[in-house]
Amino acid sequence: MTAETGKKKAFRLNAVKPVTNAWLRALFVLLSFMCIFPFFYVFMISVSSEQSIRQSGYAIWPSEFSGAAYRFLWNEHDTILHSLLISVLVTVIGTVLGVLLTTSLGYVLSRPGFRLKGFFTWMTFIPMIFSGGMVANYVVVANLLGLSNTIWALILPLSLSSFNAIICKTFFKTTIPDSLIESAKIDGATQLTIFSRIVIPISKPVFATIALFLTFGYWNDWFQSSLYISDTSLISLQALLNNMMKNLDYIANNPSAGLSLQQYRNSMPSESVRMAIAVVIIIPIACAYPFFQKYFISGLTVGAVKG
Amino acid sequence: MSKTAINQPGTVRFRTHKHWTRDDTELTLLGLPSAIWYFVFSYLPMFGLIIAFKNYRIVPGKGFLYSLFHSDWAGLSNFTFFLKSNTFSMLLRNTLVYNLIFIILGIVFPVSLAILISQLYSKKASKVYQTLMFFPYFMSWVVVSYFVYAFLNPDKGLANNVLAALGLDTVRWYSEPEYWPFILTFMQVWKSLGYSMVVYLASITGIDESWYEAAMLDGATKWQQARYIILPTLKPIIVMMFILNVGHIFYSDFGLFYQVTQGIPNSLTNVASTFDTYIYMALQSNVSIGKTAAAGLFQSVACCVTVLAANFIVSKVDEENAII
Repeated sequence: MTAETGKKKAFRLNAVKPVTNAWLRALFVLLSFMCIFPFFYVFMISVSSEQSIRQSGYAIWPSEFSGAAYRFLWNEHDTILHSLLISVLVTVIGTVLGVLLTTSLGYVLSRPGFRLKGFFTWMTFIPMIFSGGMVANYVVVANLLGLSNTIWALILPLSLSSFNAIICKTFFKTTIPDSLIESAKIDGATQLTIFSRIVIPISKPVFATIALFLTFGYWNDWFQSSLYISDTSLISLQALLNNMMKNLDYIANNPSAGLSLQQYRNSMPSESVRMAIAVVIIIPIACAYPFFQKYFISGLTVGAVKG
Repeated sequence: MSKTAINQPGTVRFRTHKHWTRDDTELTLLGLPSAIWYFVFSYLPMFGLIIAFKNYRIVPGKGFLYSLFHSDWAGLSNFTFFLKSNTFSMLLRNTLVYNLIFIILGIVFPVSLAILISQLYSKKASKVYQTLMFFPYFMSWVVVSYFVYAFLNPDKGLANNVLAALGLDTVRWYSEPEYWPFILTFMQVWKSLGYSMVVYLASITGIDESWYEAAMLDGATKWQQARYIILPTLKPIIVMMFILNVGHIFYSDFGLFYQVTQGIPNSLTNVASTFDTYIYMALQSNVSIGKTAAAGLFQSVACCVTVLAANFIVSKVDEENAII
């Protein structure tokens, strides 16, 4: 008998009983189901016909299917695509900017012997325990900087966080050997060159992690919009969804040409349209996250290392 | 640099009196954009809290700063107004009680589930469950509020359809406060469960298999293995999560309370208002901005005190696990 099978046998001996395993499986199937059922349900509502919603409410399996909600969204593609464009623009610019700010700060914090290291460390640390809060932030962004109703109000306040910077710092500290940096310095490289030519290429995992945190943060953000944006041309998808919850007709505020507001409202499959927009928001995330999940986990566990 | 080198007196002097080098300049430049960001978006708001001590009045035709500096000092009247108001005790109770429940459940459920899922035979199935349970974490509260709405809509929602089918009375969910503590708690757990479980699981899978083998040879039961091997391994993360969450005990997840309840209708004010929703709604209404800022400053100071206190207590009990 080889050592390999011996080990496997020991593991088997330590495993739970088959009955327990079956119970556990049932438990996790149930939990998984609870986590994704709402999405399935909302999708089903979005493809229900207005008629069947009126008759039997939101059904798990509608009596009559209809693509009316999606056709409606397609007809409104000016509004929807515009919101989508804003969402994508904010997400892309925000992520790029955020990654640059976060990683450069993380790198600076990770350098031993840097004269201002103490200053930068405190600068990063203090906001973790004390913040000006929502009102003071609002006053600064809206009144002092005058960023209301600009795309920057959606981007700038979210681009850096101490938590992310510390994840980067810990990563750089533990994975990049000092000797590598020192030898590059001896070869006459500046810190900017070292950062862009050496650190970035060998630190892809942490860049991926930070980029993903930021991407999901920006894509899912509606709060900044609700505070700073009243201009309809800067409404992101999440903000659109948020406004439609309060006011079903929100999307009807700028109806397409040739229809009166009343005709327009009547033509709108209102119940299913809301759910359809939710589906439109969820689909990109649902498709993307299984592939990126591991970067989230690695980022969170790196962040948990005291450093 | 090795430890022995630092311990030599000469080296220490060399290090502390080191001259400003080109390296320092370059690193400062590299850190400058972030420093500017912190100054504008973190530290300016801290000074902006001055507004909490002012009777802010807009001076027509002048900018914000001019108005701010020419407003009268209010002393602590903004604070006394907030602390004496009837809403204060309600907000304090809601914020603290919800957070305490969330902190406890946010440790108990994910840790136990992480231990359980690590026992599954099939690692492949376990991956699938993890991925599916991670899903809610990526949803914004706006989207989640639509999920909830689909269930709780009084006329068309699933909950009332089921109640009606069972011959029971339907419930007007969005105007009946007694259900909401449970609904809000459930949604919070639902959204964060998979994510926290996976974080804990990551450290459980890092445990050396031979520890279990040794424990098993000594006759340890599964329960004892969990108690004496897995829990001690998870302790640093649990403690860190605990300190961070306690530090945020005066903050609440705005999206949860505001979105899931559909913007907190009047009937739910008593069960769903927290400091954040109060401040947000005050900001949207015409309550004076000084009074709103006072509420915010109270929250920030209270948080700062609790996080330092939590860290202090942890460092007394177990020095290694304190985070500061």
